[in-house]
Amino acid sequence: MADIHSVIGTKNKKGQTYTDTWKLMNEAPRTPSFYTGSEVIKEALRRASCDVMIAYPITPQSEAAALIGELFAEGYIGDYFRGESEFAVMSQCAGAAFGGARVFTTTAGPGTMRAMENFPMWSGARLPIQMIVTCRGINSPLSIQPDTLEIAYLLNTGMLVWHAETAQDFFDWILKGYMVSEEPDVHLPLALCCDGFFVTHTKDVVNLTPADMCLPPYDPYRSPVPCMDMECPPVRMMRDPFVMKSNYISYATHASWQQEIWAAVERSRKHSIHWLNGLIDAENTDAEIMIVASGTAVSQGREAIRLLEDEGVRCGLVKVKTLRPWPEEEIREATKNAKHIFVPEFNVTGWLAKEIKATIPNPERVHAGPRVCGGMTMPPEIIVSEIKTALGMKTFSLAGRGS
Amino acid sequence: MSDYRVLPGPEHFLPPAAASMGICLPNPGEAHINGVIAPEEKAYEEAARQFLMAKVPTIFPGPLVLWAWNEKAAKKATAVRHLFNTLIECVQPGQKPMLIPMPDYRPKYPKINPEVEINPNHPNLTIWHNRIDCCMFIGVHCHQANLSLKIIRGGTSCYTIAMCAQAGHEDAMLSFRDASVEKIMKLADTVKRLKGTVQPRLASAKNGVSS
Repeated sequence: MADIHSVIGTKNKKGQTYTDTWKLMNEAPRTPSFYTGSEVIKEALRRASCDVMIAYPITPQSEAAALIGELFAEGYIGDYFRGESEFAVMSQCAGAAFGGARVFTTTAGPGTMRAMENFPMWSGARLPIQMIVTCRGINSPLSIQPDTLEIAYLLNTGMLVWHAETAQDFFDWILKGYMVSEEPDVHLPLALCCDGFFVTHTKDVVNLTPADMCLPPYDPYRSPVPCMDMECPPVRMMRDPFVMKSNYISYATHASWQQEIWAAVERSRKHSIHWLNGLIDAENTDAEIMIVASGTAVSQGREAIRLLEDEGVRCGLVKVKTLRPWPEEEIREATKNAKHIFVPEFNVTGWLAKEIKATIPNPERVHAGPRVCGGMTMPPEIIVSEIKTALGMKTFSLAGRGS
Repeated sequence: MSDYRVLPGPEHFLPPAAASMGICLPNPGEAHINGVIAPEEKAYEEAARQFLMAKVPTIFPGPLVLWAWNEKAAKKATAVRHLFNTLIECVQPGQKPMLIPMPDYRPKYPKINPEVEINPNHPNLTIWHNRIDCCMFIGVHCHQANLSLKIIRGGTSCYTIAMCAQAGHEDAMLSFRDASVEKIMKLADTVKRLKGTVQPRLASAKNGVSS
């Protein structure tokens, strides 16, 4: 068993140097590159010392999954194969992680929903699998277009859930995500979400770390649960204790087990703050009007703020980076001066606005919108219009646009 | 900082995880006592004091030190045995140190013999049966240790110490982190140094029994 620190500075079979992650992310030179989000996923994984990637095609993550296949062919990933369905993929990811591998997968929309049973199992089994979720519509009639409703279903699985705004976030957070989720006091799966197409299929300038430097390998001996072996197969944990017994002890143990999962989510707070430089980014927090958003709604909010400034309306912005752990104190602090809080979202239910309302004092300050879904874009002008309407200012309507 | 304190129970029908109450784990070089971050030196003193005060100070070694799966584990096991022997040397008549293994994590209720082993799914049985009022977990995988520590805090008045090889345990009343042979030996040395300076609570002991 090699100590992780002892491999720093040595080379892997591809000639990449195992590098201290903090130095890799913060001190290593960066090269600007013009890539799609899918290509960025591939480039991050090239540097991630990943043991196993399991793929299944579903738009809009198919391209990323295929590109990672190229990485496997080049020898950067230990193993790579296609599962029989998303449910199979997530089960196979569990098997690989139970065996002590660093595991990666990607999914989207109905694929996320189909595999859902596995996610609380992953967190219950303390498996630090990383799953990219390129969000899209989930309901019938079929839509492959951007829509973040599936994130709402992930929030109570016990997984860490982060929401990337840009391809740069994606590149950095894939690598940093492993550092948080593999901490022994956390050791939970991470759902790293982005808004499908908006991030995956558009090109952006992304500053990449050197391709000849990579993360240190995963050390399964730091896991808070035993690795799977013949003495401790997972079936014993699944079968013996809780399902087959009906008594106070089995219930109390299961309750304690659930509490421990959520305690681990709480513990991830410290590590996430360290790696992400905070759970939120906030600007102009002294403003009376704040926009609080996650994902690409942040970008649209930022542009709306610029438009409002042209009209003399000052507005602040909170970018929510982690949804689990939920940045409760940070949002409360950042919005304490706000009289109006607007929450633009790319989904029909407004799950982010509900979370914020449950977090802050005087939740009537929250304007749960504007919201679009089903693949609609969110022009900054509709955020501007929503804010001006709430302030009693004269505004124009976009209702006729497209007619 | 959280107002919550991690104290001996019985705390609640279902006590909360200390992390969910805002208790944070110590950074390297630190420990926590009752959920408050403290210098490691202070934790050695307090852990030794708790051992010497207890009627039945007990060490629960887990699989990571019970099985000689590498050289480091074997050395830790030797250090744990040394700590136990030190306890036997240092306690007063009426005190009864115990060394009860947690060999694996499979639930054994109702077949477990709590006299001879402890299990993370129902550790309270062992605490109650042996009337343990102070215990230390070492070599138990973190997830299973946290399960046990919460259940013990929920239903017993036992004082819990964690000698954790990783980041520590908020659900124990006192926790070290980055446990090593040296740290175990240092705790033994501290017990030896405090021998005779701590009054055992023999008369007032609740012996871990739920009220």
